Amino acid sequence: MSEAYFRVESGALSHEENFLSLDDILMSHEKLPVRTEIPIPRLGAFFPERSGGADTDNTIPQGSKLELPLWLAKGLFDNKRRILSVDLPKIYREGWRTVFSADANVVDLHKMGPHFYGFGSQLLHFDSPENTDISQSLLQAMSYLLSFSVSALKCCRLELLREKTFIGRFRRIMDSSQNAYNEDTSALVARLDEMERGLFQMGQRGLNDFQCWEKGQASQITASSLVQNYKKRKFTHTEN
Amino acid sequence: MFCDRAIELVRELHRAPEGQLLAFNEDGLRQVLEEMKALYEQNQSDVNEAKSGGRSDLIPTIKFRHCSLLRNRRCTVAYLYDRLLRIRALRWEYGSVLPNVLRFHMSAEEVEWFNRYKKSLATYMRSLGGDEGLDITQDMKPPKSLYIEVRCLKDYGEFEVDDGTSVLLKKNSQHFLPRWKCEPLIRQGVLEHVLW
Repeated sequence: MSEAYFRVESGALSHEENFLSLDDILMSHEKLPVRTEIPIPRLGAFFPERSGGADTDNTIPQGSKLELPLWLAKGLFDNKRRILSVDLPKIYREGWRTVFSADANVVDLHKMGPHFYGFGSQLLHFDSPENTDISQSLLQAMSYLLSFSVSALKCCRLELLREKTFIGRFRRIMDSSQNAYNEDTSALVARLDEMERGLFQMGQRGLNDFQCWEKGQASQITASSLVQNYKKRKFTHTEN
Repeated sequence: MFCDRAIELVRELHRAPEGQLLAFNEDGLRQVLEEMKALYEQNQSDVNEAKSGGRSDLIPTIKFRHCSLLRNRRCTVAYLYDRLLRIRALRWEYGSVLPNVLRFHMSAEEVEWFNRYKKSLATYMRSLGGDEGLDITQDMKPPKSLYIEVRCLKDYGEFEVDDGTSVLLKKNSQHFLPRWKCEPLIRQGVLEHVLW
């Protein structure tokens, strides 16, 4: 992990995205369903199934249902809904909200659009009557999953401690009973969305730093991680 | 769909492991700029048509293209800015002389930026701490002792210590050297800091 590289943080969870944040750019690339309120000429080439064809000046007719990326939907949307109106994606609608309130843990948030929280927070800009419900379900999912992440992190710590002192026994336990701690964390990360993965990584980093300090390595000067990466790449390059 | 090339630039950078500098994607950038030029020209002609030909139904189309232009701009600026952040990190982590493999990854403007950044940093450091200045890129972790034990990871050659004596840095040799002289070499991966 590079110590001197400070990337631009995501602003998606707060009021506005950060212009320069790579995370926010990728998040706003995700699509959502919209409906056109007026015909849009000359852009039919991008939506061939909807397009009126060459005689209508390649117009996308009024009332077409399209999937547009968030950045485009945000740009064309206004409160009077003159150009388009926005529908909520499935995952933020009534049906899924009951799933979240029942058991937020079962949902694979990575599959449901890897930027569930960021995207959901930005959807609130579209002034839908269901906005309070959306924010509630986001918070619900967040609080449940965060508490689970914390307990998974505790398992992580236990695993590290065991590795340090009981390495043989731990391996035996792992082999025989398929230790749940190790299984759970990798399965958990697979189903986390991008924001949760970021939090998880931060927790891991904190744990690693603590371990490092415990071992007395905190004062050891280390080679820059960037250097190590380049060395590895150079090695494979000469091999080829 | 518009802005596909731009998002590819961003994705490529996002995929790179934390802080690593990739080769400058000159082709990608050029394609994005070409798309922006095409969008702009199409919009110009449509605006004229809307004004003189009375085709106000083109307005959503113009807006659509305008959003794409803004998006392309955002992606390219974020791409260039993030690269600068990575290059800046190189100065702090690697030192002021970059290996050639890294130089080839940077565009001419980025090399220029790096040189100017180095100069600003050097000027600033000289202005601190009285006459001699203060090297703030040293001692990134609180030092525990003046001298440290180091092991050589690869052949480096002669290395001169402050009092004039020189040490031969051969692979696997161990030395007891002043911390401030070794720190840059440790960071570059030539030496390894050995803890007792």
